[in-house]
Amino acid sequence: MAGPEIDALIQCLARLPGLGPRSARRAALVLLKRREALLEPLRRALEAAASAVRACPICGNLDSIGPCAICADSTRDASLICVVEDVADLWALERTHSFKGRYHVLGGLLSALDGIGPEDLAIAPLIARAKEPAVKEVILATSATVEGQTTAHYLTDRLAGLPLVISRLAHGVPVGGELDYLDDGTLSAALKARRPL
Amino acid sequence: MEWTDRGIVLSARKHGEGSAVVSILTADHGRHAGLARGGASKRLRGLFMPGNEVTARWFARLDEHLGTFECELIASRAARVMDDPARLAALASACALIEAGLPERHAYGVIHGALIGLLDALESGAPNWPEVYVRFEVTLLAELGFGLDLSACAVSGATENLAFVSPRSGRAVTAESAGPYRARLFSLPGFLIGAAAAKGADIGDGLALTGYFLNHHLFAAAGGRLPPARERLLDRLANPRGLD
Repeated sequence: MAGPEIDALIQCLARLPGLGPRSARRAALVLLKRREALLEPLRRALEAAASAVRACPICGNLDSIGPCAICADSTRDASLICVVEDVADLWALERTHSFKGRYHVLGGLLSALDGIGPEDLAIAPLIARAKEPAVKEVILATSATVEGQTTAHYLTDRLAGLPLVISRLAHGVPVGGELDYLDDGTLSAALKARRPL
Repeated sequence: MEWTDRGIVLSARKHGEGSAVVSILTADHGRHAGLARGGASKRLRGLFMPGNEVTARWFARLDEHLGTFECELIASRAARVMDDPARLAALASACALIEAGLPERHAYGVIHGALIGLLDALESGAPNWPEVYVRFEVTLLAELGFGLDLSACAVSGATENLAFVSPRSGRAVTAESAGPYRARLFSLPGFLIGAAAAKGADIGDGLALTGYFLNHHLFAAAGGRLPPARERLLDRLANPRGLD
């Protein structure tokens, strides 16, 4: 039906999240029809990203400069390191504009099922960073899942003995959440983590 | 084909973008997998955490198909032990052992009951939960056909003063009969023969005993090894404050 170039484009697009073969065909068709407005800018953006964007050698964030803009920003609090599973989590925390420290991207979580062990994650660089005298607190912002908390406990053990505070994100009632709709596990966590007003 | 049963979530592997292939241990249908549509989505991911108790409806056109799960949460057990690293490690280890060791679609009501009992102990924070965990592994071995015989001495037939277990036969041995072979035998913790509550190195001895037979009969025989989650539990119990 289509030439090999179009097929290759469709196959590449179909691998992206949110796109299946049908939606990839539609996207490819739109790109090809609007060559100047969409295809060429996309090509240039892809080329620029592929050649310039790298993982930050300090925290693992993605950026076109190394160290990344967050690590290079001298106004950020160097005494705080927030440990996240993935760059998407770092972006989510940055969207809140409420954290002014630095980050460390683990690159995954400990998972028996997927065979991911401590040596597969960026744990050794985290320990090395935590040993720097400027660091006073490590915030473990792993997800509230069995794997996320297993990783958090493991990191707590590895960081134990260093002269710093180890904290984690609170678990409990989300903003706008109604108690009646929450599962019992979340409610239990919220009750355990209650604090005086 | 369709059935509904209560079960414990053992694992969830992401499938496609938002779905997951979920493995659940049910009382009447054993370890059973199925596709949970949206199971890896933000809305449902919390439902399919290992250890969670669910009501599962499985349906498929043919029995041999993977089928689809529709699940409803009964008890969010995983969330209740997340704060305690040792209990969380025990939950993860138990689920990983069942996931890796049990054949699919074969009812193991006793193992299901033992897992529920273990989860109850973990959730309540009972101080004897490590004993319950070791007993769970002993039950797992027995139900899979590799049960330990701790009723009498393999050498003398005596039922008193049982202190060791033979790695060759899985049978108990008295201290007197162990003689020069003592170093080659596993220590038999007293709580496994109802002698007393666990003390000292009993839990470590019990885990070494069950770990050897689980590995020997279930995993090494199939070219594998014990799940890393169990190794992490051993590390956790051996060194509760730090890993190195």
